Amino acid sequence: MPPTIDLEDLGLDSGGHLLVERALAGLTPGDRLVVRGRHPALGVHLAAWCRAEGHRLDPAVEGPTIIRGHADLDRWRDAQRAGATANDVVAHASRHWGLAARGALVEPGGPALAVDWVDRDLVWADLAPRLYAQATANQWDPATAVDWAAAGSLPEHVEGAVVQVMTYLVENEQAALMIPARLLSRLHPHFREVMQLLAAQAADEARHVEIFSRRALLNRDVLGLSGAGGRASLQTLIEEPDFTLASFLLSVLGEGSFLDLLHFLHRHAPDRVTADVTRLAARDEARHVAFGVAHTAHVVRADQGFLHLLRTAVERRHAALADTAGLNKQVFDALVVLAAGSWTPTAISHGWQEVLRLQQAMDEGRRRRLEYIGFPADEAAALSALHTRNFM
Amino acid sequence: MRHTLLLGAVAYDPKVVTIWTGFRSWFRDRGLDLDYVLYSQYERQVEELLAGRIDLAWNSPLAWLRAQRLARAQDATVRPIAMRDTDRDLTSVVVVRADSAHQTLSDLRGRTVATGAVDSPQATLLPLALLRAAGLDPKVDIEVLRFDVGVGLHGDHVGGERDAAQALRAGRADAACLLDANLLLFGREGTLPAGSVRVLAQTAPYDHCNLTAGPAADPALVDHFGKLLLGMSYADDSARPLLDLEGLKQWLPGRTDRYAALDRAVTETDFYDPRGALGAADYRP
Repeated sequence: MPPTIDLEDLGLDSGGHLLVERALAGLTPGDRLVVRGRHPALGVHLAAWCRAEGHRLDPAVEGPTIIRGHADLDRWRDAQRAGATANDVVAHASRHWGLAARGALVEPGGPALAVDWVDRDLVWADLAPRLYAQATANQWDPATAVDWAAAGSLPEHVEGAVVQVMTYLVENEQAALMIPARLLSRLHPHFREVMQLLAAQAADEARHVEIFSRRALLNRDVLGLSGAGGRASLQTLIEEPDFTLASFLLSVLGEGSFLDLLHFLHRHAPDRVTADVTRLAARDEARHVAFGVAHTAHVVRADQGFLHLLRTAVERRHAALADTAGLNKQVFDALVVLAAGSWTPTAISHGWQEVLRLQQAMDEGRRRRLEYIGFPADEAAALSALHTRNFM
Repeated sequence: MRHTLLLGAVAYDPKVVTIWTGFRSWFRDRGLDLDYVLYSQYERQVEELLAGRIDLAWNSPLAWLRAQRLARAQDATVRPIAMRDTDRDLTSVVVVRADSAHQTLSDLRGRTVATGAVDSPQATLLPLALLRAAGLDPKVDIEVLRFDVGVGLHGDHVGGERDAAQALRAGRADAACLLDANLLLFGREGTLPAGSVRVLAQTAPYDHCNLTAGPAADPALVDHFGKLLLGMSYADDSARPLLDLEGLKQWLPGRTDRYAALDRAVTETDFYDPRGALGAADYRP
C-alpha cells in the first residue's frame, strides 16, 4: 500500500505542492504516493504539476497517484559543498561556487566568478575573523565622536600648519581607501572575513577622509598644497597588482609608519579637534596594520620563498621613487612647527628633534614588523631604510 | 548530402535564441554539426521543412499536423523524432466562475466563451471541439470572445489565454478555455485567485510539440541527433539550464497517437485542407 497524503481543501494553486513535495522527499524514484483532497481541481492541478516537475500520474488507478520522478534529485546529484561547514576555509575556493555562502550546497552549472584570488594562503590570516569583529565593534560616528564645537581659533601660522598636514592626510587616506576596495573586488568571497575586513577598512578610510577634510576646513575655505612626489609615492601603492605585496606595502610599511605619524600629531595637536581626529584614525589604522602583518607572516610561514618577493617589492618601489622628492617640504615644516609650538629658536630646535625622533620611531617600527614577518635583523634594517620618504 | 543538420524554430520569445544557441553548442561539443534558423510563425517553418530548406522543425502540434498533410500531398515523409516529457498528455479545460450557475457545457448555450488565439490548439481549437461534441456549434450557439495574441505562434504566446482568463474574471465572458497548466499558473500568480473558478469540462489527454524530421534530412544524421538528444540528462549541468529554459526534464521519443483530437478539430473547422493549405478565413499569421 503506497503512502497517502491528504491535502483536505488545499489546492496546488495555494501552496498544496509544498505538502506533496514534502511527502515525495522521503520516497525513491518509481515509488508511488496517493494524494487525497477535496479541492475540485485537484486532479487537473496535479496532472499539470507532475508534468512540469518530472513526476507522472499513474493512469492505471482511479484516485490521483503520483509516480515519483528523479529530476529534483538529478539537479543536486553533482552538487558540492563550498567547504564542509560554514567554518571550513578551504585551501582552494572554486570559482564555480560563485557567490554561494561558505558551507552552502552549490548546484553545479552556474557562471564562474571572475575573481583573481582563490587560494587561502595568498589572502588569509587566522587573525582576520577576530579583527573583523573588532572592526565592527569599534565603528564610530564622525558627527559625534569628535567634539567639533571645541575648535578654538589658533594663531595663523599654527592653523596653516594644521591645514597643510590635514591636506596631506586626506591624500594618503584616499589611497588607503582605494587599495582595499580594489583588493576586495578581486577576492573570492569564500574568504569572507578577509573581504569583510577589507570592506571595514575602506569604510574606516572613508571616515578618515571626512574628519581630516572637516578639520582642515574648520577655519579656512581652502586646503593646503599637494606635492607631486607624495602623489607619485602613493600611486605606486595603488598600482601594485598582487594582494600580499599590496597589503605589505600599504599596511605593514605604509600604514605602520603612518600610525607613528598619527600618534605624533595627537601628542602635538594644538587643539582638541586635531587631537580627536588623529586619535580616532590611529585606532583604526592599528587594526589595518595588524591584518597586514598577520597576513604577510601567514604567507611567509607557508612559503619562506615569499620573503624574496617582499624584498623585491620594496626595492622596486624604492627605484620607482628614486627620482621623486618624497615628502613635500611644506608637510615636513608643518610637522616641525606643530611640535615646536612657537617660533623661538629653542622651540624650533625642539620641534626639529621631535620630527627626527618620529622618523626614527617609524624606522624602528618597520624593522620590528619586518623581523616579525621573518626577515633577519640586518635585512629588516636595510629594507626599512628603503621605505618611501613620504611615510605612507 | 550536407553534413550540417539545420533546425528550424519559431521565435515566440527572445529566450528562443538562448535556447537554440545553447543546444547548438551542446551538439557541436559532441561532434554533431547543428545549426538553426528562426521563423516568426509556424506556417512558414512548415513550408520550409517540406521544401527541404531545413532538416528539422521544432513544431507545435498544429504545425505537425500541417506537416503531415503537406507531406501526404507531395508523397513525402515526415517523422517525429522527439518530444519533451511536458509535451505528453496535456489537457485543456473550460472554466466558469466558481459562483456561476452553469453546471454543464450545454448551459453555455447563448453565452460568451473566451478563448486564446485563433490558432491555439490548447486554448481555442481543442476546447471548442469539446463544445461541439457537447452539441454546441461555436459559430451559432455561443459567442466566442477570441483573444488573438501572437497569431501564427499556435498558442505558444500565453497572452491570449491570460486575456481570456481576465475576461472571465471581469465578467466579460461566462467561460474561458485554458491549458491545464495555465489554470494552475493563473491560480498561483493571482490572475484567477484560488477558489475563483470551477472546471466545467476537460478534454481527453493530447500531445503537444514534437521535433519533426523533414524529407530532406539525412536519416543517419537525424538518427545520430535523436540518440544524442534522448541521452541528454537533467543531471548534466551543461544541459540543465537549457532544459529548464525549454521547459522539460527529459526528452522522450516522438509519438503520433495523441494528435487525433486536434486533427479532427482541424478538419471540422477546415483550419487546413487535407493537402495542408490554409483554410481558416480569419487566420492571418
